[in-house]
Amino acid sequence: MRNEINEAHEAVELDSDASVKRRVIVPGEVIITGEDYLPGEGTRRQGENIIATRFGLAEEAGKVVRVISIFGAFVPRRNNVIIGRVVDITYNGWLVDIDAAPQAFLPIEEVPRFINKNEMDQFLAIGDILSAKIWSVKSRGVDLALKGKGLGKLEGGFVFHIIPSRVPRIIGREGSMINLIKDKTRCNITVGQNGWIWIRGPEIEDEIKARKAIEFVADKVFVNGLTEKVEQWFEENE
Amino acid sequence: MAKEFKRSDGRKFNELRPMTTRVGVVPNADGSALFAFGNTVAIAAVYGPRKLHPQHMQDPSTGVLRCNYDMLSFSVSDRKKPGPSRRAQEISKVAGWALAPAIDLDAFPNTVIDVQIYILQADSGTRTAGINAASIALAHAGIPMKDLVCSLAVGKLDKDFVTDLTKEEEDFEDGEGATDFAVAKPANSDEFSLLQMDGKIRPEQVNEILKLASEACKEIYEVQKRALKEVVSQE
Amino acid sequence: MEVSNVTREYIAKLFANEKRFDGRKLLEYRPIEISLNVSNKAEGSARVKIGKTDVVVGVKLALGEPYPDSPDEGNLVCTGELLPLASPKFESGPPAFQAIELGRLVDRVIRESGMIELNKLVITHGEKVWTIYIDIYPINDDGNLIDASTMAAVIALKNAQIPELDEKGNPNYELKKKHIPLSKDIVPLSLSFFKLEDAIILDPTREEEEACEARITFGISKWNKQYMLNSCQKIGIETLTQEEIGKMMDIISKNFEELSEKLKKFL
Repeated sequence: MRNEINEAHEAVELDSDASVKRRVIVPGEVIITGEDYLPGEGTRRQGENIIATRFGLAEEAGKVVRVISIFGAFVPRRNNVIIGRVVDITYNGWLVDIDAAPQAFLPIEEVPRFINKNEMDQFLAIGDILSAKIWSVKSRGVDLALKGKGLGKLEGGFVFHIIPSRVPRIIGREGSMINLIKDKTRCNITVGQNGWIWIRGPEIEDEIKARKAIEFVADKVFVNGLTEKVEQWFEENE
Repeated sequence: MAKEFKRSDGRKFNELRPMTTRVGVVPNADGSALFAFGNTVAIAAVYGPRKLHPQHMQDPSTGVLRCNYDMLSFSVSDRKKPGPSRRAQEISKVAGWALAPAIDLDAFPNTVIDVQIYILQADSGTRTAGINAASIALAHAGIPMKDLVCSLAVGKLDKDFVTDLTKEEEDFEDGEGATDFAVAKPANSDEFSLLQMDGKIRPEQVNEILKLASEACKEIYEVQKRALKEVVSQE
Repeated sequence: MEVSNVTREYIAKLFANEKRFDGRKLLEYRPIEISLNVSNKAEGSARVKIGKTDVVVGVKLALGEPYPDSPDEGNLVCTGELLPLASPKFESGPPAFQAIELGRLVDRVIRESGMIELNKLVITHGEKVWTIYIDIYPINDDGNLIDASTMAAVIALKNAQIPELDEKGNPNYELKKKHIPLSKDIVPLSLSFFKLEDAIILDPTREEEEACEARITFGISKWNKQYMLNSCQKIGIETLTQEEIGKMMDIISKNFEELSEKLKKFL
């Protein structure tokens, strides 16, 4: 299954050759009719029709028709990078709230260095924040891993929440949007696919500006010309 | 049947009260909506999919839809004491059954989708307004659904069929009195997910009254669709 | 997700620097939106939004018996319900302490201010009086429910009308003429001060409220042209110093005036 970030990157700019122009669709509506279209995420086939199975933006790329979600709770997928808050420490790991239905768990084996079982709270205490990757999604819960650059406990700064489906445009095509915001504010920013975002920067003004810029982007549903809009926003908010 | 008969508010027999909708009335919720039939105003909020407590209520084969309906104390003339009445508990259940067929609950094992419906102002048809609001809220929350669900009360005043009764019409007593038939169905299907009736109606009349309901549901579907699409066009 | 250690520390740092995420001053309220007539079945109703916090309050009147120790007064019953609709944290079931507290705090502000002339709600001394029911329902909790609820309750009362009694002495809810007997100039409000480390703030968002350590709510109104505190309640384990309370007393009247201005056209 393709990584969700990459899917979203391709969707960021309007493809003028697509048979289905980006348009708002509700569940049960027919998106397009034709035997050679394939039902992608958020759609199903009914006879000759491709029908939406969720509310969002319908679009087509390479004959695959799908509906991009614009609202809604986070549904964890393997390989998602998320930000979570430690809620409990067990004998073999940490229970983490990732603001989703399944409980998440970080096994003690995931920590790169040796951790004494009596000192687990010195590595991650209850109330601490970490970035992690979703390693597996099972019916009993989600397992987290720290395999990856920059994953682990997040110190200093603050975290805040946006609607999870807006995360792809916060990141932008190959990170272009988030890098623009990082440059303009000189901040460290980690974006979780679950909509939680961590910011730490040199000054309070920079950190607050970075949050406002992200909220500005997250508020928008259509992404046409978003980069220009953001650059303009930074100019107006010098 | 006299199709030209006028109702006390001037509506034709198959005319619905003016419908009002607003999406996103509860920013904290994953999805929310207000829906009104005339003076009957309902709001609905959806949270989920989220953790279901207690754990033993989780179902590993499917998500659970938990629907809660209640009326605010001042939504009715005689103040309703806070706390769910038996009527509210029954409506909570049937509203859940009305919505469930349209939702792909299998996609979310071990989770719950919470639907909260509250009536701000009551003038009959509260459960139907509630289901319409909940349907919009579920879609707004991005929940995978086969279809939107439309609901309304059709009925009979003595011998005349009508759609969307007001409280005054519900209290009609002449002749065969008032019959109230609350229905719901996924918009593009011919299957009914809610059927509740009180009054006097002959078996051979049921077919026609359900046809009347299906026709009216199309109007409701258009209103629900427009409400959702307008959320996005607010740019 | 509950507030994290880093975010709480960060918000404390913001407050210490007299800053907030939304650019407000520490004692500044968010934009307030007020509307009337939430329900045409209520004797009076109002909706108050402070920022994204959204509360509706309805006033209903019914006939009842007076309490044995006040045979010449009508009754006031004030109830708060934290509908699960308003926040992912609210659950169905019997009222949580927060709901009970909400009802009781609003009750005390209004009752102690003398806003309602309860002695004018008597129909038959010792037997039949009007009971005023104030029912409070948050629709969206983004912090500072108490202040928003009190404001909505006061506005609903100011706009509420009493049903006429028919020949049998029963209320006719279709016919309302007179307003509830209220002391004309008394308009009470709640001001809830929140504390985080050394900072004192007003009107927190939910994010800020979760980071704060203590809250103290004052009911305040004007009586005989003087500002009077009508009620006070501190919640939370954290303590308040006399100096901190003194600071609040220095500013409370001014903040009360500023807040009262916003309601004027709805009274």
